[in-house]
Amino acid sequence: MSTPEQQNGYAIEAESLVKIYRGGIRALDGIDLKVPAGSVFGLLGPNGAGKTTVVKIATTLSFPSSGCVRVTGFDAARQPKLVRQAIGVVGQTSGVDVNLNGRENLRLQGLLRGMRGRELKQRVDELLDQFGLKESAKRVARDYSGGMQRRLDVATALVHRPQILFLDEPTTGLDPEVRTEMWQEIERLTHEEGLTILLTTHYLEEADQLAADLAILDRGKVVATGSPEKLKAELEGDTVHVELHEDAPDGAIRSALDGVAGIRRLDHDVNCLRARVDHGARAVPLVLQALESNGLAVESVSVSRPSLDDVYMSYTGRDFSLADEEGARRQQQTQRTER
Amino acid sequence: MRTLFQHSLTMTDRNLRRLWRQPTWIVVSLVQPVIYLLLFGPLFKSITKIPGFQFPSYIQFLAPGVLIMTAFFSGGWNGMATIDDLNRGVIDRLLVSPLRRSAFFIGHVLQTSLSIIVQSTIIILLAYILGAHFSNGALGLLIVFLSAILLGGSLNAASNGIALLVRREETLIATLNVVLLPLTFLSTAFMQQSLIPHWIRVISRFNPLNWAVEAARSAVNPGTNWSQVGEHLGLLAALLVVCMAFATRSIRAYQRSI
Repeated sequence: MSTPEQQNGYAIEAESLVKIYRGGIRALDGIDLKVPAGSVFGLLGPNGAGKTTVVKIATTLSFPSSGCVRVTGFDAARQPKLVRQAIGVVGQTSGVDVNLNGRENLRLQGLLRGMRGRELKQRVDELLDQFGLKESAKRVARDYSGGMQRRLDVATALVHRPQILFLDEPTTGLDPEVRTEMWQEIERLTHEEGLTILLTTHYLEEADQLAADLAILDRGKVVATGSPEKLKAELEGDTVHVELHEDAPDGAIRSALDGVAGIRRLDHDVNCLRARVDHGARAVPLVLQALESNGLAVESVSVSRPSLDDVYMSYTGRDFSLADEEGARRQQQTQRTER
Repeated sequence: MRTLFQHSLTMTDRNLRRLWRQPTWIVVSLVQPVIYLLLFGPLFKSITKIPGFQFPSYIQFLAPGVLIMTAFFSGGWNGMATIDDLNRGVIDRLLVSPLRRSAFFIGHVLQTSLSIIVQSTIIILLAYILGAHFSNGALGLLIVFLSAILLGGSLNAASNGIALLVRREETLIATLNVVLLPLTFLSTAFMQQSLIPHWIRVISRFNPLNWAVEAARSAVNPGTNWSQVGEHLGLLAALLVVCMAFATRSIRAYQRSI
């Protein structure tokens, strides 16, 4: 039997999705998305861009003010039961029941999905093994480390072998080491198990590393879509990264590079500088010469294609990390006024 | 129907495990009624000397009242667990699973019912040791348990529903304090009906706690007014249905607000 999903090739489709919260806050302002099946799709955007709202609506938790989302071909607002069968969700706040142990958490989800007996036990054992939780299966999840809770969280979303996995900021608050582990796990899930993953993130590198396709969200709108490579390739020019032998004042660096042609933008932090240039290979010798002749010894130099940082900037005119901080501040304020 | 049944059992099991892992909570909920019985008993002992007091001992009178009050609070404060689940993302995860909405509340009501049965058994045994005599044998006690469960279950569903609407611990605590404590005193839990002020007697007729206290007390004392017991049990059953309907609707209200 072919599901509607197989007929058009998209696992998730959003059409003119609008969400207006009480108090008139327009969280989503007409979102259109097409998420192909079988790969990782990244929703990238600063805090407050509307990523979580998209996930809440697509996973049947919240309702759109207008527009619709189809998940595996079913309307999330009208056919929530069919959608729920097909999806696994890892929310931003861990959904782990801290009063239950690892095994009980997995069993609970399985039981609610109609799994029983040996089938359920086998699946639970498999997941405990796969996510390295075998030894701690009988420990109450309250005593798990942050990384273990996140792993259990993901495992819990997979008990019923969903077709689509939603990961809402899966690595926020995790140590870099644990984050890398999580990335490997996400890659494994799509490559080996053919899962469609919708991942939201406000980490540029995470989107770059994991997502086959991206939608960049800003203030409730999709500002750009495409693979990270395509988005970056659309920006002309390169980025030159220079590591200086020692720290130098910003003014000295800027005046040294003042005469170099083709530098569009210059960022500097301690002994590293980053210049967006029209043509990397041509700019490097000029940059090196200018720095050295001004007594700034260079340790290393590299040229790279533009990053997603640059992509975001070119579409919104704002710096990503600043927008992210501002969004976080605004979210805190709204929470405070709600109280 | 089968799914609803299985989901309800799964949620009850989950709630019991959760309770089991919080031993302090269990101790408190068992010790509290014992303290009430042991303290209120001696404190109000001389009430039996008031002309018109119809019970041979205060314990005889008080035991059903304390028992019902315990069930009332057990159920009423259950919404705190839901607030905790909301904060931890457990509710959101349950709502995106195929869990039947009413099974969520049935799971809580059944867990509270089991807690109430244990608490009530302890109170009855203690009251018996302290010299209370229960009339009507097993039937009387059955009605006591039934009224405690119907009341506690109603309060449980209402409390969890309110939790989903207010979503904040402080608001829930404030709401419950305003409702639960006054209802306890606007009843015959501690004082015989003919000895309380007229206005309280009028109000108490509309107080579910009073329905349960009157049904339970009448069922285990001589001269049971069976038709009134039946009427009170019927009202309590209707209350449970109303509270369950309210609770199930509160889920949709919660989903609309996020």
